[in-house]
Amino acid sequence: MTLPHWSYVAMLVFCLVGTLPLVRVFHLDVLRQPRRLLLTIALAGLPFLGWDLYATHSHQWWFDRAQTLPWRVAGLPLEEIAFFVVIPLVSVLTFEAVRAVPSRGRHDREGDGRRERGPVA
Amino acid sequence: MTYTGLAVAGVLAGVALDRWVARTRLTSTRAFWAAYGIIVFFQLLTNGWLTGRRIVRYDPDTIIGNGAVRLIGAGRIVYAPVEDLLFGFGLVLTTCVAWVWLGRRQDEHP
Repeated sequence: MTLPHWSYVAMLVFCLVGTLPLVRVFHLDVLRQPRRLLLTIALAGLPFLGWDLYATHSHQWWFDRAQTLPWRVAGLPLEEIAFFVVIPLVSVLTFEAVRAVPSRGRHDREGDGRRERGPVA
Repeated sequence: MTYTGLAVAGVLAGVALDRWVARTRLTSTRAFWAAYGIIVFFQLLTNGWLTGRRIVRYDPDTIIGNGAVRLIGAGRIVYAPVEDLLFGFGLVLTTCVAWVWLGRRQDEHP
Protein backbone atom coordinates (compact mmCIF):
# COMPACT_ATOMS: atom_id res chain seq x y z
CA MET A 1 0.00 0.00 0.00
CA THR A 2 1.17 3.48 -0.80
CA LEU A 3 0.41 6.80 0.85
CA PRO A 4 -2.40 7.73 -1.58
CA HIS A 5 -4.33 4.62 -0.44
CA TRP A 6 -4.82 6.43 2.89
CA SER A 7 -6.44 9.52 1.31
CA TYR A 8 -9.99 8.71 2.42
CA VAL A 9 -8.79 7.54 5.86
CA ALA A 10 -7.03 10.89 6.28
CA MET A 11 -10.32 12.72 5.86
CA LEU A 12 -12.01 10.62 8.55
CA VAL A 13 -9.07 11.13 10.91
CA PHE A 14 -9.28 14.88 10.30
CA CYS A 15 -12.97 14.84 11.33
CA LEU A 16 -12.22 12.97 14.56
CA VAL A 17 -9.15 15.03 15.45
CA GLY A 18 -11.22 18.17 15.01
CA THR A 19 -14.18 17.11 17.15
CA LEU A 20 -13.05 14.65 19.85
CA PRO A 21 -11.29 17.45 21.81
CA LEU A 22 -14.74 19.09 22.17
CA VAL A 23 -15.50 16.40 24.76
CA ARG A 24 -12.84 17.74 27.06
CA VAL A 25 -13.18 21.42 26.25
CA PHE A 26 -16.95 21.53 26.84
CA HIS A 27 -17.10 18.67 29.38
CA LEU A 28 -19.50 16.74 27.15
CA ASP A 29 -21.05 13.52 28.46
CA VAL A 30 -21.65 12.12 24.95
CA LEU A 31 -19.06 9.35 25.21
CA ARG A 32 -20.40 8.34 28.62
CA GLN A 33 -23.70 7.43 26.99
CA PRO A 34 -22.54 4.60 24.70
CA ARG A 35 -25.99 3.05 24.33
CA ARG A 36 -27.63 6.31 23.26
CA LEU A 37 -24.71 7.06 20.95
CA LEU A 38 -24.70 3.63 19.28
CA LEU A 39 -28.48 3.74 18.81
CA THR A 40 -28.16 7.20 17.27
CA ILE A 41 -25.49 5.96 14.86
CA ALA A 42 -27.69 2.98 13.97
CA LEU A 43 -30.90 5.00 13.53
CA ALA A 44 -29.28 7.70 11.41
CA GLY A 45 -26.34 5.91 9.82
CA LEU A 46 -28.04 2.74 8.61
CA PRO A 47 -30.68 4.33 6.36
CA PHE A 48 -28.00 6.51 4.75
CA LEU A 49 -25.68 3.52 4.41
CA GLY A 50 -28.54 1.77 2.62
CA TRP A 51 -28.85 4.76 0.30
CA ASP A 52 -25.11 4.62 -0.31
CA LEU A 53 -25.27 0.91 -1.16
CA TYR A 54 -28.09 1.58 -3.62
CA ALA A 55 -26.19 4.47 -5.22
CA THR A 56 -22.92 2.56 -5.43
CA HIS A 57 -24.52 -0.57 -6.87
CA SER A 58 -26.48 1.43 -9.43
CA HIS A 59 -23.23 3.19 -10.30
CA GLN A 60 -24.37 6.71 -9.36
CA TRP A 61 -20.94 7.10 -7.72
CA TRP A 62 -17.80 5.05 -7.27
CA PHE A 63 -14.52 5.09 -5.38
CA ASP A 64 -10.94 5.33 -6.58
CA ARG A 65 -9.10 2.12 -5.72
CA ALA A 66 -5.80 3.98 -5.70
CA GLN A 67 -6.98 6.31 -2.93
CA THR A 68 -8.88 3.89 -0.70
CA LEU A 69 -7.79 0.85 1.31
CA PRO A 70 -8.14 -2.44 -0.55
CA TRP A 71 -10.87 -3.92 1.67
CA ARG A 72 -14.45 -3.88 0.45
CA VAL A 73 -17.65 -4.82 2.26
CA ALA A 74 -20.72 -5.25 0.04
CA GLY A 75 -18.84 -3.35 -2.64
CA LEU A 76 -18.07 -0.37 -0.40
CA PRO A 77 -14.61 0.62 0.86
CA LEU A 78 -14.31 0.19 4.62
CA GLU A 79 -13.80 3.95 4.90
CA GLU A 80 -17.19 4.60 3.33
CA ILE A 81 -18.83 2.40 5.97
CA ALA A 82 -16.81 4.13 8.70
CA PHE A 83 -18.09 7.44 7.27
CA PHE A 84 -21.58 6.57 8.55
CA VAL A 85 -20.19 6.09 12.06
CA VAL A 86 -17.82 9.08 12.04
CA ILE A 87 -20.23 11.68 10.65
CA PRO A 88 -23.05 10.93 13.12
CA LEU A 89 -20.48 10.99 15.94
CA VAL A 90 -18.98 14.33 14.94
CA SER A 91 -22.48 15.74 14.36
CA VAL A 92 -23.56 14.83 17.90
CA LEU A 93 -20.33 16.23 19.35
CA THR A 94 -20.73 19.51 17.48
CA PHE A 95 -24.40 19.78 18.40
CA GLU A 96 -23.72 19.10 22.08
CA ALA A 97 -20.76 21.50 22.11
CA VAL A 98 -23.00 24.26 20.75
CA ARG A 99 -25.62 23.47 23.39
CA ALA A 100 -22.96 23.55 26.09
CA VAL A 101 -22.11 27.16 25.27
CA PRO A 102 -23.59 29.26 28.10
CA SER A 103 -26.73 31.37 27.61
CA ARG A 104 -27.56 30.32 24.10
CA GLY A 105 -27.27 26.65 25.00
CA ARG A 106 -29.45 27.03 28.08
CA HIS A 107 -32.28 28.52 26.06
CA ASP A 108 -32.20 25.80 23.44
CA ARG A 109 -32.06 23.04 25.98
CA GLU A 110 -35.73 23.68 26.67
CA GLY A 111 -36.54 22.31 23.25
CA ASP A 112 -34.91 19.08 24.30
CA GLY A 113 -37.29 18.55 27.17
CA ARG A 114 -34.28 18.20 29.43
CA ARG A 115 -33.99 20.80 32.16
CA GLU A 116 -30.39 20.10 33.00
CA ARG A 117 -27.53 17.86 32.09
CA GLY A 118 -28.45 15.00 34.35
CA PRO A 119 -26.21 12.05 35.08
CA VAL A 120 -27.51 9.91 32.25
CA ALA A 121 -25.23 6.97 31.70
CA MET B 1 -34.14 7.68 -9.17
CA THR B 2 -31.34 10.19 -9.79
CA TYR B 3 -29.09 11.40 -7.00
CA THR B 4 -30.76 14.81 -7.37
CA GLY B 5 -34.22 13.37 -6.75
CA LEU B 6 -33.09 11.17 -3.89
CA ALA B 7 -31.22 14.05 -2.25
CA VAL B 8 -34.31 16.28 -2.25
CA ALA B 9 -36.37 13.37 -0.88
CA GLY B 10 -33.73 12.84 1.82
CA VAL B 11 -34.02 16.44 3.04
CA LEU B 12 -37.84 16.28 3.05
CA ALA B 13 -37.76 12.98 4.96
CA GLY B 14 -35.37 14.44 7.54
CA VAL B 15 -37.53 17.52 8.08
CA ALA B 16 -40.70 15.38 8.31
CA LEU B 17 -38.96 13.18 10.87
CA ASP B 18 -37.97 16.19 12.93
CA ARG B 19 -41.29 18.00 12.84
CA TRP B 20 -43.99 15.34 12.73
CA VAL B 21 -42.58 11.91 13.55
CA ALA B 22 -40.13 12.40 16.42
CA ARG B 23 -41.47 15.92 17.11
CA THR B 24 -38.04 17.10 18.17
CA ARG B 25 -38.47 20.38 16.23
CA LEU B 26 -34.73 20.92 16.02
CA THR B 27 -35.26 22.87 12.80
CA SER B 28 -36.80 25.57 15.02
CA THR B 29 -33.83 25.80 17.39
CA ARG B 30 -30.79 28.06 17.18
CA ALA B 31 -28.60 25.29 18.55
CA PHE B 32 -29.28 23.00 15.62
CA TRP B 33 -28.69 25.68 12.98
CA ALA B 34 -25.54 26.90 14.72
CA ALA B 35 -24.21 23.34 14.83
CA TYR B 36 -25.20 22.75 11.21
CA GLY B 37 -23.45 25.98 10.18
CA ILE B 38 -20.21 24.72 11.70
CA ILE B 39 -20.65 21.25 10.24
CA VAL B 40 -21.44 22.43 6.72
CA PHE B 41 -18.27 24.54 6.65
CA PHE B 42 -16.20 21.47 7.45
CA GLN B 43 -18.27 19.37 5.08
CA LEU B 44 -17.26 21.70 2.26
CA LEU B 45 -13.60 21.21 3.21
CA THR B 46 -13.64 17.44 3.73
CA ASN B 47 -15.99 16.70 0.86
CA GLY B 48 -13.89 18.99 -1.31
CA TRP B 49 -10.97 16.71 -0.49
CA LEU B 50 -12.94 13.58 -1.42
CA THR B 51 -14.31 14.99 -4.66
CA GLY B 52 -11.49 17.35 -5.72
CA ARG B 53 -8.99 14.49 -5.52
CA ARG B 54 -11.51 12.26 -7.31
CA ILE B 55 -11.57 9.79 -4.43
CA VAL B 56 -15.31 9.69 -5.15
CA ARG B 57 -16.63 10.24 -8.68
CA TYR B 58 -20.18 10.62 -9.91
CA ASP B 59 -22.17 9.54 -12.92
CA PRO B 60 -23.05 12.84 -14.71
CA ASP B 61 -26.48 11.39 -15.61
CA THR B 62 -27.51 11.32 -11.97
CA ILE B 63 -26.50 14.84 -10.84
CA ILE B 64 -27.29 18.41 -11.88
CA GLY B 65 -23.67 18.92 -12.98
CA ASN B 66 -22.17 17.52 -16.15
CA GLY B 67 -19.33 15.57 -14.59
CA ALA B 68 -16.81 18.41 -14.72
CA VAL B 69 -15.11 18.81 -11.33
CA ARG B 70 -15.06 22.56 -10.70
CA LEU B 71 -14.29 24.62 -7.60
CA ILE B 72 -17.65 26.28 -8.13
CA GLY B 73 -20.25 26.18 -10.89
CA ALA B 74 -21.62 23.46 -13.16
CA GLY B 75 -23.63 22.06 -10.25
CA ARG B 76 -20.57 21.90 -8.01
CA ILE B 77 -19.59 23.59 -4.75
CA VAL B 78 -15.96 23.13 -3.71
CA TYR B 79 -15.68 20.29 -6.26
CA ALA B 80 -18.63 18.34 -4.80
CA PRO B 81 -22.02 17.98 -6.47
CA VAL B 82 -24.57 20.28 -4.79
CA GLU B 83 -26.56 17.12 -4.08
CA ASP B 84 -23.93 16.19 -1.49
CA LEU B 85 -24.99 19.20 0.58
CA LEU B 86 -28.54 17.87 0.67
CA PHE B 87 -27.32 14.36 1.52
CA GLY B 88 -25.18 15.82 4.32
CA PHE B 89 -28.00 17.96 5.68
CA GLY B 90 -30.30 14.92 5.80
CA LEU B 91 -27.68 12.84 7.59
CA VAL B 92 -26.81 15.53 10.15
CA LEU B 93 -30.46 16.40 10.87
CA THR B 94 -31.47 12.74 11.21
CA THR B 95 -28.54 12.16 13.56
CA CYS B 96 -29.42 15.09 15.83
CA VAL B 97 -33.12 14.13 15.79
CA ALA B 98 -32.28 10.55 16.81
CA TRP B 99 -29.90 11.76 19.53
CA VAL B 100 -32.39 14.20 21.08
CA TRP B 101 -35.31 11.77 20.72
CA LEU B 102 -33.37 9.01 22.47
CA GLY B 103 -32.34 11.45 25.20
CA ARG B 104 -35.96 12.35 25.87
CA ARG B 105 -37.02 8.71 26.06
CA GLN B 106 -34.20 8.09 28.49
CA ASP B 107 -35.44 10.92 30.72
CA GLU B 108 -39.02 9.69 30.58
CA HIS B 109 -38.17 6.02 31.19
CA PRO B 110 -34.94 6.01 33.18
